[in-house]
Amino acid sequence: MADFLINSVGLPPWLAWTAVAGVAAFLILNVIAGGALVFIWAERKIAARIQDRLGPTRTGGRFGWLQSLADGIKLLAKEDLMPEGADGLLFRIAPYVSFCASFCAFIALPFAFDFVGQRLNVGVFFVVAVLGLEVFGVILAGYASASKWSLFGAMREAAQVVSYEVPLGMCVVVPVMLAGTMDLVTIAEKQAGWFTNWYLFHDPFTFVVFWVYVTCAVASVNRAPFDLAEAESELVAGFHTEYSGLRWSFFFMAEYGSMFLVSALAAVLFLGGWNGPVPVATLLGLSEGTSDTAHYFVRLIGCGNLLLKATLGVLVMMWIRWTLPRLRIDQVMTTCLKYCTPIAAVMFAGAMLWQLFLPGGLLPGLSRPAGEVREGWLPGPGGAAVRPTQRTDEASVAEVRP
Amino acid sequence: MTGCLVLAAINFHAILFYVFAILACGFAIGVVVADNVVRMALYLVLSLGATAGLFFLAGAEFIGAMQLMIYVGGTLVLLVFGVMLTAQAPFVSIKTSAGDRVLAGVVAASLLALLLQAAFSVEAWRRPGLGEVGQPASTPIGTALVGVRVDEPPAGAPQGVRSGYLLPFEIVSVHLLVVLVGAAYLARAKRRRTPRAIEVAASVNPTAEMRRQARGSASALAAGGSR
Repeated sequence: MADFLINSVGLPPWLAWTAVAGVAAFLILNVIAGGALVFIWAERKIAARIQDRLGPTRTGGRFGWLQSLADGIKLLAKEDLMPEGADGLLFRIAPYVSFCASFCAFIALPFAFDFVGQRLNVGVFFVVAVLGLEVFGVILAGYASASKWSLFGAMREAAQVVSYEVPLGMCVVVPVMLAGTMDLVTIAEKQAGWFTNWYLFHDPFTFVVFWVYVTCAVASVNRAPFDLAEAESELVAGFHTEYSGLRWSFFFMAEYGSMFLVSALAAVLFLGGWNGPVPVATLLGLSEGTSDTAHYFVRLIGCGNLLLKATLGVLVMMWIRWTLPRLRIDQVMTTCLKYCTPIAAVMFAGAMLWQLFLPGGLLPGLSRPAGEVREGWLPGPGGAAVRPTQRTDEASVAEVRP
Repeated sequence: MTGCLVLAAINFHAILFYVFAILACGFAIGVVVADNVVRMALYLVLSLGATAGLFFLAGAEFIGAMQLMIYVGGTLVLLVFGVMLTAQAPFVSIKTSAGDRVLAGVVAASLLALLLQAAFSVEAWRRPGLGEVGQPASTPIGTALVGVRVDEPPAGAPQGVRSGYLLPFEIVSVHLLVVLVGAAYLARAKRRRTPRAIEVAASVNPTAEMRRQARGSASALAAGGSR
């Protein structure tokens, strides 16, 4: 797109690059903010239906679909309060830290083959690293509020998130190992075709590890049944007890943004990314490179696929939240350290052995396209498969030789 | 036209570099100047984050993500478990004495002088604009640190043995771990064993010793209550 702006429109390069970066940032911001609007409404409706109520019905005509907008206007009009004993700078900056961490993680998330803010070759690593920073805003908020409820909530959140990073990282490593790369775009690309190619159905171990990932993801974005940080029945509202108005809504947007992010990450890592369950585009003959229109049409379908999968993931999280009771803090830790971590470790070893001894799957002709080269083989410059280990060996030898 | 393109590209890159560099240095000064531990941690996180931005700007995405994961995340854990658990009261401000300031200034100045000298001694950096450097990506000492000696084997070693510095490196790591455990022990809150705790322990695991202690503490409690 930047090349197009430079060559066809004739913009100077710095303006073109800034414009492209601005467009990408604007789109991601809208995914978070617009998503939060929709998800808050959906959460109210789902919670109401699960509790045998109706939920919002009047705002905006049928179904109360303008309820989130009304909430937003109410939040804008609210007074921005700060406790007297609070640390002003930290109190003000904490919501932005949380929101920025959630926002930055979206940069490396691919929505379709080309629809990615910045394609990183360590995309998975980047997303997990940045997502872990969101807790910093929560800790700052809890500390700066000068309130016991807030501090308790923040400490719980810190302990929980730091613990759950371990099994989460182990779950994420399994698709990385199968794909042989940490590039999210390549990982999703390798699951193209029918839904049997998804890493969820790759082998029994990945199937189990997906559910461990779901558990850890729900815990790491701090949703019920793991929402110890804002346990309403014990801690008023946890780390954001003292917040009001727009600052409070930043925490909320960060939470919904993270929910969407971990769902989208699950979709990319395990559920085929932007590839639908049935390869409609390939069946219709709209493969890559036929024409520009077809090209963008396929991309748009893929983007819709990914958004649909991520939205489904968020809806499942809501379903879990309003169905299951909250765990105690010791039960949360037990779930992490005694169940999730060992299961993830065993499944990691199992997936590794499966790759070694049954690389084609049980039914090779059905589940894998013939002649596909996977796990650690990358297409070389001339289209030939080059083994990366050999290449790095040669490269390192060449490098150390003066 | 191409010259204009190159110039614009260089400026764009340079501006971002200066933005991140100024952020990193400014927040680093903030760490020194601030007198509240959590504010220091915030400035440290922002400074390290700006450094990660520099890495991303240089195209070293893996190192940038590593910087975020290890240093920024590590500061987070440091903040939680090192600072909050040992803090005696909220919003403690730390006043550094003048002697400490002088001492720290001397150490920092000598380190800065050494680093500057090392930085300006690199051939390729003296003349800006020479982007292509024929430096090897991994130096012999770097490979030796992970156990591979590409230079001469150590004198007196049997033929074919090229032990690197992996073992000393690991020993240093274990030493650091021991230091961490020791620091945690020293900073641990010194809790007295209360009679209530002994009672609970006795009810869970009623060994003879526990029962005796519980009885003693219960009578002490009763005595305290009657007093």
